[in-house]
Amino acid sequence: MILQATPLMIAVTGETITERSGIVNLSLDGSMLMAAMTGFVVGLKTDSVWLGFLAAAAVGALFALIVAFGSIRLRQSQVAIGFVLTLLGDDLSAFLGQNYTRIPGPVIKRMGIPVLEEIPFVGPIFFDQDITVYLTYLLVALTWFFLFKTQAGLKVRAVGERPEAAFARGVNVDYVRYLYAIIGGALVGISGVVYSFNVKLGWSEGHTRGFGWIALAIVIFGGWSPIRGALGAILFGATKALATYLQRAFPQVSVVAFNAIPWVLMIAVLLMVSSNFTERLVIYMPRRIQRPIRRLLRVGPPMALGISFGDD
Amino acid sequence: MHIELREIRKHFGSVKANDGISFTLEEGRIYGLLGENGAGKSTLMKILSGYQPPDSGEILINGKPKQFASPAEALNNGVGMLYQDPLDFPPFRIVENYLLGKDGRAWLDYRAAEAELQGLAARYGFDIDLHAYVDSLSLGERQQLELIRLLAGGAQLLILDEPTTGISAEQQEKLFQSIHQLASEEGKTVVLVSHKLHEVQQLCAHAFVLRRGKLVGEADVPCSNEKLVELMFEQVPVRSARPESQLGEPLVEIRDLTISTYRLALKNINLTLRRGEIFGLAGLQGSGQELLMQAVAGLVKPESGVITLKGRNVTGRSYHQMQAAGVGYVAAGRLEEGLVAGLTLTEHVVLAQPQYGFLVDWDRAKEETDARIRRYQIIGTPQTRAAELSGGNQQRLLFGLLKEPLELLLLEHPTRGLDLRSTDYIWELLYRRREAGTAILFMSADLDEIIERSDRIAVFSGGLMSRVVEAGKTSVEELGHLIGGQA
Amino acid sequence: MNLRGWIARAWPAVPILAALLFTTILLVMFGASPIESLEAMIRGAFGDQSKTLSVIAFWIPLLLSSTGLLVTFTAGLWNIGIEGQIVMGAIAASWVALNLEAPSFILIALEIIAAMAAGGLWAGLTAVLKTRGRVHEIFGGLALNNIAIIFTNYLISGPWQPPEGGTFRGTQPFQAAALLPRYANSRFSPLSLVLLVIAFAMVVVALRGTFWGLKLKALGKNLRSAFLLGVSSEREVILAMLFCGALAGMGGAVRVLSWFDSLRQSISGGIGFLALLVVMLASYRILWVPLIAFFFSVVLNGSITLQLRTQLHSSLGGILTGVMVLFVLLFGDANKLRIFGKKKSHE
Repeated sequence: MILQATPLMIAVTGETITERSGIVNLSLDGSMLMAAMTGFVVGLKTDSVWLGFLAAAAVGALFALIVAFGSIRLRQSQVAIGFVLTLLGDDLSAFLGQNYTRIPGPVIKRMGIPVLEEIPFVGPIFFDQDITVYLTYLLVALTWFFLFKTQAGLKVRAVGERPEAAFARGVNVDYVRYLYAIIGGALVGISGVVYSFNVKLGWSEGHTRGFGWIALAIVIFGGWSPIRGALGAILFGATKALATYLQRAFPQVSVVAFNAIPWVLMIAVLLMVSSNFTERLVIYMPRRIQRPIRRLLRVGPPMALGISFGDD
Repeated sequence: MHIELREIRKHFGSVKANDGISFTLEEGRIYGLLGENGAGKSTLMKILSGYQPPDSGEILINGKPKQFASPAEALNNGVGMLYQDPLDFPPFRIVENYLLGKDGRAWLDYRAAEAELQGLAARYGFDIDLHAYVDSLSLGERQQLELIRLLAGGAQLLILDEPTTGISAEQQEKLFQSIHQLASEEGKTVVLVSHKLHEVQQLCAHAFVLRRGKLVGEADVPCSNEKLVELMFEQVPVRSARPESQLGEPLVEIRDLTISTYRLALKNINLTLRRGEIFGLAGLQGSGQELLMQAVAGLVKPESGVITLKGRNVTGRSYHQMQAAGVGYVAAGRLEEGLVAGLTLTEHVVLAQPQYGFLVDWDRAKEETDARIRRYQIIGTPQTRAAELSGGNQQRLLFGLLKEPLELLLLEHPTRGLDLRSTDYIWELLYRRREAGTAILFMSADLDEIIERSDRIAVFSGGLMSRVVEAGKTSVEELGHLIGGQA
Repeated sequence: MNLRGWIARAWPAVPILAALLFTTILLVMFGASPIESLEAMIRGAFGDQSKTLSVIAFWIPLLLSSTGLLVTFTAGLWNIGIEGQIVMGAIAASWVALNLEAPSFILIALEIIAAMAAGGLWAGLTAVLKTRGRVHEIFGGLALNNIAIIFTNYLISGPWQPPEGGTFRGTQPFQAAALLPRYANSRFSPLSLVLLVIAFAMVVVALRGTFWGLKLKALGKNLRSAFLLGVSSEREVILAMLFCGALAGMGGAVRVLSWFDSLRQSISGGIGFLALLVVMLASYRILWVPLIAFFFSVVLNGSITLQLRTQLHSSLGGILTGVMVLFVLLFGDANKLRIFGKKKSHE
């Protein structure tokens, strides 16, 4: 279950960073596909998993760079460019990878962590996995730390919230956006190839299709926070695993209904955030818990998301 | 710290915002910077604080010429500016806001920052809940925080841009105390950009006056208000008598109207407009005139009070409802809030008319547009797009789109940026409407225009409306005083 | 005309040519000959009557969706949810086909109406989420797309599964009376062409000749000014989405009733997203849309034969069209590229 969720966690973390800097990278689905294919092929040819990772990261970064460049330098719509790239990534990966489908390739081996995997119940689930999973835990933790505890992370958030004020504080807004779009894109690329090496081995046409869109949804209902996003990804993986279990419990509800949950949740979160519905509720609650609840509900998108800086 | 500005110039298109300004600032003194709207105050201060570069000229700090690439660099050199809308980050926690860009350290030390903030706040007597988020603070508190941040960042010169607009009386007192403390005890230099003469008199030692991009004078303060007003507003010979017109019965009554927004509160406004009357609202931007007009137009909901039109209570009605009731509104931003840049004249005319049927009769529309082009003397064809028209013609178009007849016409800055001929023509159109019985309420930054064209005038200053004066009996000086905040 | 003038005139062709070049390079990389590939593609599209009719049959729902999108784009909306609207239209038409019995022309009429209503309402849902809930139509549309697809899968594997057991391929085939009459054993239905022409004409009239179309245009260009001129944005946004959803739904009905004979897993064939590309490539000009849509249909259908003849993967067609749109977006606007010197400094 965690294994399933790992690539999603990586992608969600990457896109969270990018969106925090104010850029929406709609090309996730396509860039994941392209990165999965490229990473797999490179890994196959060089017999090195790590080179595969590198290639995938480069591809993901490239896609993000195009979106960022188109938005910052050319002042085009991030949505339009990201959208075209999504479809292109699908077609390009199918075309370029056509000779490599259904071939076995490198796989990452499992590696349990000695003490932790003994913990009853939780242990085997979380700590008897392979190295990518552990690195992902580390990634999520590092990202959270980065965004909320370092000056650089603060700058990223500032650029996404109010670029003109960030400029006033001496931050080079364009540079920050390029940098973190690229980093986020690289992570998305890595998430694609993790599928090929770990979860759904190998490559085939449309291998990871759909996961990019889901990652976008999870970024939103994770409230643009790395930890909540990771939890969201795990929850998504869990719903899939739980689907069969729940099917037995509620036979009248079809399995496929559970697939709809992330999307319904996404709309719910957006509704909560954008309208002042929750604010009206909070006012009715006793004073003392108002602040903690407000803090909990702070899940707004970065204020400057998707808007070009320095618009005339 | 000794600061000198030499021959600072900055232009935007053909407008010379700053036209060769030079002066010096000594340490430990509080200066006032006065001037009308458009005099060039904020441009100059934005240059000094590093937000934008000058076209030419120098800034010298302690004798050395400096160029600032950004406000952060300026702060490193000791120059900090507090904007009317502080450049802070509402979604951040106060500590985070304080820490951004502060020093080169990679890790954020929240506890140390909180302690620092605590200390600084105590020193200046500010009482702020440090655990809160920036967007839960009032404007005055956000200002205080920004001030602290600038001081902590090493500001020796503090520029305050209209700091007392929108803050409570208590906070204002606090602010003044702090300013005194900064100048006399800590040797900082303060520049107070303000239009409130009594504040400048109270706080400052010396005042600079800008007019139309130039430094037209300076004075040691306190001095007489007359002297300052004389410098700020040009003297104009009294106008000859203008055509008397019949004023009709009361049309619009505004009683005890209160409107509050985040930054401004208008309280207990009382006003009566009569048919065929031209009523001018004077005052600097952000003083409340726009808010009043927007409330009457239905764009903003008043908190309390009553607006009646022709005896009917129209308080709180929506903009489209007011339109239907015969109220016309022309905003200041012609292309931002009035015309659609990409649409042609004909398309605008069609949109502005009541819908007659489903399909548009483009031939008839073109004829109608031609008629309006002739009537309003617009230089353009029915196919010309709004963005291609000159400013004067855009304004004529906006007028040409208004319904006829109207009960009430609200105008924000009707002749802003227009040449003399266009201005005269626009007023011809307005006089014609007035003859038809329309009441006209307009605001303008040009006091001459206000005096020349209005029947009666009210002045807004900091959310307060002055007594109503008859245009024929007042003068530019009197208005200047009223703008300065004196009754 | 001086050099600058020539460059400005010819510039729009540059991204297109660049895209062709890019695709040709890919071709050659995989060992195919450009001439042969071009020939295979053309043959795949127009080789015989059945193929040509397939190109037309694919073109029709694509153009229906693109036409609908013209309305929403005019209003300044990004209706990414169009895929879901097509699917819901198909589902509604399927419901009628599977549950009602009537003479063919009545069935067909009901199917079309149901499809338009379903597609319209699905779009309306996105619109209301936007106007009341302030949920951006991109995210609302994405979510509803996926929900529609999930719903389809549910129907195919559950209540509407074929009598021989549920696979994930499609529902049981519809009664013959429910299907659109086809021409010569192909997938093309002349009736759908009639519907298309009517729909297209309606949109052209609506956008160019009605008050409503003008209001949408104003909204899309400047929301604030439009408001001050008297246009109510909430109402118009909802209507625009309803209109587009109805057309998309109609396209879905055409897909499920003539291209296929039952509800299938990917019933839309990606047509919704393709329609977005079509309109983008046409630079939102109404009269270019049918041509560009036809071009897309030719390339995408021709690519299938391309794969058979040259062993090149059929996704090459999608690559060509996609790269064209990308290049046009990135460097189709000569002004934005500042080729002719720097723009005036901003402030």
